Amino acid sequence: MGSRASRLLREEEIEEIKKETGFSHSQITRLYSRFTSLDKGENGTLSREDFQRIPELAINPLGDRIINAFFPEGYFVLVIFREDQVNFRGFMRTLAHFRPIEDNEKNKNPATEPLNSRTNKLLFAFRLYDLDRDDKISRDELLQVLRMMVGVNISDEQLGSIADRTIQEADTNGDSCISFNEFIKVLEKVDVEQKMSIRFLH
Amino acid sequence: IGNIFDIYCSIIHVKQGVVCILVFLQWATLRIERGAKEKNHLLYKPYSNAIIAKEPTSLEEEIKEIRRSGSNKDLDSATEFELSDIFYFARRGVESIMDDEVTKRFTAEELKSWNLLTRSNYNFHYISLRLTVLWGLGLLIRYGFLLPLRVTLAFTGVGLLVFLTSVVGLLPNGRMKNFLSEKVHLMCYRICVRALTAIITYHDSENKPKNGGICVANHTSPIDVIILASDGCYAMVGQIHGGLMGVIQRSMVKACPHIWFERSEVKDRHLVAKRLSDHVEDKSKLPILIFPEGTCINNTSVMMFKKGSFEIGATVYPVAIKYDPRFGDAFWNSSKFGMVNYLLRMMSSWAIVCSVWYLPPMSREEGEDAVQFANRVKAAIARQGGLVDLLWDGGLKRAKVKDTFKEEQQKLYSKMLVDLYQHMATVGAALETCS
Repeated sequence: MGSRASRLLREEEIEEIKKETGFSHSQITRLYSRFTSLDKGENGTLSREDFQRIPELAINPLGDRIINAFFPEGYFVLVIFREDQVNFRGFMRTLAHFRPIEDNEKNKNPATEPLNSRTNKLLFAFRLYDLDRDDKISRDELLQVLRMMVGVNISDEQLGSIADRTIQEADTNGDSCISFNEFIKVLEKVDVEQKMSIRFLH
Repeated sequence: IGNIFDIYCSIIHVKQGVVCILVFLQWATLRIERGAKEKNHLLYKPYSNAIIAKEPTSLEEEIKEIRRSGSNKDLDSATEFELSDIFYFARRGVESIMDDEVTKRFTAEELKSWNLLTRSNYNFHYISLRLTVLWGLGLLIRYGFLLPLRVTLAFTGVGLLVFLTSVVGLLPNGRMKNFLSEKVHLMCYRICVRALTAIITYHDSENKPKNGGICVANHTSPIDVIILASDGCYAMVGQIHGGLMGVIQRSMVKACPHIWFERSEVKDRHLVAKRLSDHVEDKSKLPILIFPEGTCINNTSVMMFKKGSFEIGATVYPVAIKYDPRFGDAFWNSSKFGMVNYLLRMMSSWAIVCSVWYLPPMSREEGEDAVQFANRVKAAIARQGGLVDLLWDGGLKRAKVKDTFKEEQQKLYSKMLVDLYQHMATVGAALETCS
């Protein structure tokens, strides 16, 4: 009886997640409560439906793309797993992108960048555009995202011209696509650290 | 009737005894927890209402801020779309994944400290021997003593209700019948209140609903009905059920006019509205009791009020009900527990402690439509009960959110783009005429 978590989180797991993501002990347990409350099937993993049940996410124009970010990508992975499910580790790994950057992390070894580094935050945003994961935002992909954000309120022509202008400004090597490096360059002055971070209350 | 009063008195003493035990156990738990905290044992994570900080800025404000921070151009030459606009939606989306305002209203509230009921034990695992012993003691008292007593009372209450209302129903309509019906209903509901050991504090009873009015309250569980009906007489509204519930409904309506609908009639909004307005126009009939949320919410918030009851034009008497979850959580999570399971859990809790506030009557004002009126009443109830006032529909417990909300967001963003596009066009035109 009672609505206890189907499985309690072990200390070793909390330590591993802490090392991998940088979240504190209390943040991890709070997010674990959240994970289990979203997990209606009580099988320790979340499906896309579990995410879509959150009304505020369902009304977000980019809701589906954000949900995508949680699910392991790649043909290889989809062959092994029959359903799209994400476990708590995967959940935390994706959420870690939005952890605020602390000062003592900024000078770490660039070879092992933390998940919430500026580059990784930009990569998260880049992947929202780049649906087929070919490391390039094509005109079509940009148009798709634009259409999701504006709905039916703007005409195809106008949207097309917006896409063309955006690509023109960002594209430096002339391939009519925006690569990740070009993406980083365009946004180099934007305060990514603050705008792509979520502050915890403790 | 005399016997029943005797039972009342003895039960009141029992109730006082129970309350003392509760207070003692609570104190003991807190002492133990404080002791553990001092020794720096991580017993459980203290619960506060929000996990993350959410900025209450609008779509437009935030996107403009993102652009401002990244742009070395001034806003006159701003473009209508920037790649960084996506940051706003991404962050909002992930914020709602970490913590949202709606889904947590459909599960029982988490408590700051344990109340020795395993059912509210989310993060508390085995802590110490002393606490477990206390819990065991509590279990013994609750299941061995309180539960059988309460179940007996419940059966008595319900049985009497069915029997006596049928008897009163045999009388001809008139003052005598109404008087007896009132007495019978009140007595039986009060027995049921004892059966749950509900300790209720009524505030502002001078605002109690009168004939020809509609009483609206926030909804947490079916027990709300018993709590309100034991302090006043109401005409209930609802769908006719089968089984025991149906038997109770059919006998109640013999004694005084309640409004029961067949399942098929419930869909017909005009029919429902007509029956309700016919009822309120007849001043000899009792005030109607309605729960406009349409579903049980976990008593931390008030969700959207359905406008049906507010269109009728009768005076509305708002009532706020707030339960104290430390003694037993009254929320009925209907997707998790059936009715019988729920009632057993209620009867094996320590007690149901709640406060009821009768708010001053409200009427629809000039130029106010039903939805605005409903929101005004909802805000008053939320304020009094210390609950969060939400615009979200309680129906989201089961149904998907409507696409119109997403379309609103898209409209907002498009408007911003179009405005900036116009602005660009005019600036461009101005620059051309200058050169």
